[in-house]
Amino acid sequence: MARTVGFFTDTTLCIGCKACEVACKEWNQLPGHAPAFGDGYDNTGQLDEQNWRHVQFHERTTAKGGVAWNMMSDVCKHCAMASCMEVCPTNAIIRTEFDTVYIQPSVCNGCRDCIAACPYHVIGFDEASGLARKCTFCYDRLQANLMPACAKACPTESIKFGDLDTMRQVAGARLNQLRGQGMSEARLYGDKEYGGLHALFLLTDKPEVYGLPNTENAVLPSRNNVRSYLGSLVTAALGIVGAVFAFRERGGKE
Amino acid sequence: MPQHFVAPPQWEWYIVWYFFLGGIAGGAYALGAILRLMGDQRDAPVSRLAFLLTLPVLAICPILLTLDLGRPLRFWHMLIDSRTFGLNFKYWSPMSVGAWVLIIFSLFAFVSFLEALGSLRGSRAPFLSGGLGRVFMIIGAFFGLFLAGYTGVLLSVSNQPVWSDTWALGGLFLASGLSVAAAALTLMTRLGRHDASAEAKLSRADRYFTILELVLLVVFFLSLGAVGSQFLQPRWMALWVVVLVGTLVPLALHLSTERRMPAMLAAVLTLVGGLALRIVVVFGAQM
Repeated sequence: MARTVGFFTDTTLCIGCKACEVACKEWNQLPGHAPAFGDGYDNTGQLDEQNWRHVQFHERTTAKGGVAWNMMSDVCKHCAMASCMEVCPTNAIIRTEFDTVYIQPSVCNGCRDCIAACPYHVIGFDEASGLARKCTFCYDRLQANLMPACAKACPTESIKFGDLDTMRQVAGARLNQLRGQGMSEARLYGDKEYGGLHALFLLTDKPEVYGLPNTENAVLPSRNNVRSYLGSLVTAALGIVGAVFAFRERGGKE
Repeated sequence: MPQHFVAPPQWEWYIVWYFFLGGIAGGAYALGAILRLMGDQRDAPVSRLAFLLTLPVLAICPILLTLDLGRPLRFWHMLIDSRTFGLNFKYWSPMSVGAWVLIIFSLFAFVSFLEALGSLRGSRAPFLSGGLGRVFMIIGAFFGLFLAGYTGVLLSVSNQPVWSDTWALGGLFLASGLSVAAAALTLMTRLGRHDASAEAKLSRADRYFTILELVLLVVFFLSLGAVGSQFLQPRWMALWVVVLVGTLVPLALHLSTERRMPAMLAAVLTLVGGLALRIVVVFGAQM
């Protein structure tokens, strides 16, 4: 049955086990990239055409001088006002009956405009299929009344899944609980950005630390349409005036 | 400036060449139309040359765009909804608008090409010489200028750093398109045997276009603010130097002399500078 669904990812419960990444790859048959080992536990690197879940590891220095990790399982936000959907010229990107954002593989022609538009670095270009790909919110599982594979696999229930309204309530209650316990840095992300996200996050640091634009910076590509076209129009007018002026002058010499 | 966390779309050489050739085609048609509409018979050969240049250059554009797609055989999805088979048009998506403009402008370029070809053989198609013909060329010039400029708008209507931080890219590409078109026509007139007055007019026009382009380059960097300094990384400096050489040197040559070799040198430098501008803007923001 169709309904409006959402994720709520509580980063304070994430233990960085990457079960969500593995479950996502298993269910969606994503082979993944070869792991890149660097200075940390993050060998996934980023969200892209193979990684539809990505567990971020952020080291930070605590007030007492120790080191603490901020971990967050990142995913497509399925924005209510989606930048990718806005620019897609083929209408391959649609809103499903679950109010999620889905790239139709049979329609996408691989122009990659959506990649330049997504403000969350979510979509990647799959060379093998020639398509833009990202998290489908386990569209096939939702149709079968199953929860997304990542939420199902998460052992600490850091990733919660349910009706979006319920997720908002759960997120709000958790925020109040943590603040009540003295965690003043706890904050919710996703209730205001892009008309409301279908993936809410409880963070313990500024959104930018997790690669999330803050509310002020969460802007749509179409903001630039009018001013860019106006700039072109004025230039065209000046160019025409210049051409007419140049072509009016007589003779081969100045 | 919005803080961005955006992946690069991997728009590379096909797109760079499309932007460059689209600028030449659109600009050349507009210049040919303006020359024709102004009615000086001595300019008729150059105007004809502009229309003869437009179509072959324009014909390469959809090939480049199709090759750049991940699924080239689905190029028609840009125009037709593959589910409903209705027309696909989103006025707020420059890529959608651009696909249609390319199709519509091709019709104008095709008719003007045929007319120019006929004129070369001594006949003139009557439908382009009367009032209707003037309206036809004005509309064609509009679409030509749109093609030259929308490519910059396409980049700006994104969340990509640099591209989306400025409103000047559309104007900059349009001015550069007019400039490279005038340069291409100058080269062709110099290589052929055309009236010296028409060549001088092209040279003067290119001077104005180059000044316009330089002004827009300044506006481009001013609109970028602090982001602009990130765009000037050492690895891109050589290309910016080429852009400057491709504008300042031709400007100086246009101002100083109209002798044969400097005019050709100016045209070649303008073309190279126009290409370098698109390379640095397209690649510079993605790396």
